[in-house]
Amino acid sequence: MIQFNETTILKVNEIIARYPEGKQKSALLPVLHLAQVEFGGWLAVPVMDYVAQLLQIEPIEVYEVASFYSMYNLKPVGKYVFEVCQTGPCMLNGSDNIIDYIKSTLNINVGETTTDGMFTLKTVECLGACGYAPMMQLGKTYREHLTKEKVDSIIETCRSKAN
Amino acid sequence: MGRKLLLDKINVEGIRHYDVYRKEGGYRSVEKALKMQPNDIVEEVKKSGLRGRGGAGFPTGMKWSFLAKPDGVPRYLVCNADESEPGTFKDRFLMEFIPHILIEGMIVASFALGSNTSYIYIRGEYDWITDILEQAIKEANDNGWLGKNIQGSGFDCQMYVQRGAGAYICGEETALIESLEGKRGNPRIKPPFPAIKGLWDCPTVVNNVETLAAVVPILNEGGDAYAKIGVGRSTGTKLISACGNINKPGIYEIDMTISVEEFIYSDEYCGGIPNGKKLKACIPGGSSVPILPANLLLTTAKGEKRLMNYESLSDGGFATGSMMGSGGFIVLDEDQCIVKHTYTLARFYRHESCGQCSPCREGTGWMEKILLAIESGKGKMSDIDLLWDIQRKIEGNTICPLGDAAAWPVAAAIRHFRDEFEWHVNNPEKCLTENFGLRHYADPVYVAES
Repeated sequence: MIQFNETTILKVNEIIARYPEGKQKSALLPVLHLAQVEFGGWLAVPVMDYVAQLLQIEPIEVYEVASFYSMYNLKPVGKYVFEVCQTGPCMLNGSDNIIDYIKSTLNINVGETTTDGMFTLKTVECLGACGYAPMMQLGKTYREHLTKEKVDSIIETCRSKAN
Repeated sequence: MGRKLLLDKINVEGIRHYDVYRKEGGYRSVEKALKMQPNDIVEEVKKSGLRGRGGAGFPTGMKWSFLAKPDGVPRYLVCNADESEPGTFKDRFLMEFIPHILIEGMIVASFALGSNTSYIYIRGEYDWITDILEQAIKEANDNGWLGKNIQGSGFDCQMYVQRGAGAYICGEETALIESLEGKRGNPRIKPPFPAIKGLWDCPTVVNNVETLAAVVPILNEGGDAYAKIGVGRSTGTKLISACGNINKPGIYEIDMTISVEEFIYSDEYCGGIPNGKKLKACIPGGSSVPILPANLLLTTAKGEKRLMNYESLSDGGFATGSMMGSGGFIVLDEDQCIVKHTYTLARFYRHESCGQCSPCREGTGWMEKILLAIESGKGKMSDIDLLWDIQRKIEGNTICPLGDAAAWPVAAAIRHFRDEFEWHVNNPEKCLTENFGLRHYADPVYVAES
């Protein structure tokens, strides 16, 4: 059965309390973030149905939001998701080379996951780190001023953490 | 170097934390505000001439004065921290390194507007900054600057951070409100404006991070003093996030009197272009504003030195000028391809279009495809006119300004660099390996004034 753990339930209630009574739908985006973290990095339909039930809204209200925002994954992703920016300012500083290098190093294309389920490569549009380009998001934080060597060391660190 | 009002304390160790921030004079503006009448605060902001720092440049005091105040209906202040305009990363810097200045400005604004619950809507990717802001809010709460009966004034204010989830469109204020209500970020038709019907149909003011932070020095020093800094209707200071092909990318607080040339070449700011390369073009105010070739960037069509302020950057209109926008300053050196760069921006707008209005939903996709074709040596000469036609049919024909924002970069690229587009069409193989280069654009040599 899909259910948040007790700490997360407390967090959900705390979030709902930020809005006026009856406006608990406002908690949808934050709660979907929590759900994605807790249920394996993506939002399966039963997970979205659970969130709908928690917030007392229709499942379709959750689906339409989950499919609108690019941070919600609607299919499974690897343990580590490399989200590499490819917009203008990053392109000027060589993001194409970084994306190609990650593709060849991990032997995957954009949107794919390595066969061991470890890495997913996504390209994203401007993340607001233009002065520190090229860059990618990895989990909660940004990795900036990327070089091939830096990419190697990030991959290495992820692998050693997972073992 | 000019006056600094927002970043003057940025190098003080520990300024991110409450104790240090307070010791350095933080929260004085709240103390002052709570002794004033709310309307007098609005007047002070009007006097300062502060203009919205998110991109539109609308006078903040006027926006505040439009807020409806019906009896028994709550009013809301929402901070727009959805910073997503390519080239813009200034709000992130403020929130990450001196978060209390935003909280402080928001408390003053909340008091002035009568908002007892205020929200910071931050882009979802700024996950770690959300933690920093929540910590700062907790510190402000613990020290009696938020919560019930703030500093014994009888004024209550709660503040919360809401994370978005990856959608540029949520930087548009009505889309932001929809998103804060837990919906897709589809902009609303205006009127009614948020000042009348905003969050949960209540009167709402939405202000950018930098705008709200600027309220702090305005209260501390007075609106008149703030208005004396800068030039003309470009009062106070502006944060510029500089990026692209420059030696010193980063955040600079300027007083809007310096020239564009000094900003790019002086060691106090961008420090010139790496590897001795020449300047080709620049987008001075975030990806949506028109790109300018070097000659028009540095000098207006009238032959005057272009300055880093609202009026000067837009001098000449779209024919020969651009806009201050969000202050996202993107520099392109001689090796950069205008077609390719414009293509990445078109792709960005296609990705970020909410899909509500046909001209934007369809048009952004067509522009991306055509630009990719030209960039890959598969374009026809008629495609250039087609691109021009499409952007004209998007501009002004959509509910929100994203349509304009998508049309302008394409229009400006063709307006100023049409020969480079034609060169791609005429040289379908060469354009894959070679650069069009500079051709007739300016080749400025900067000499520092001694």
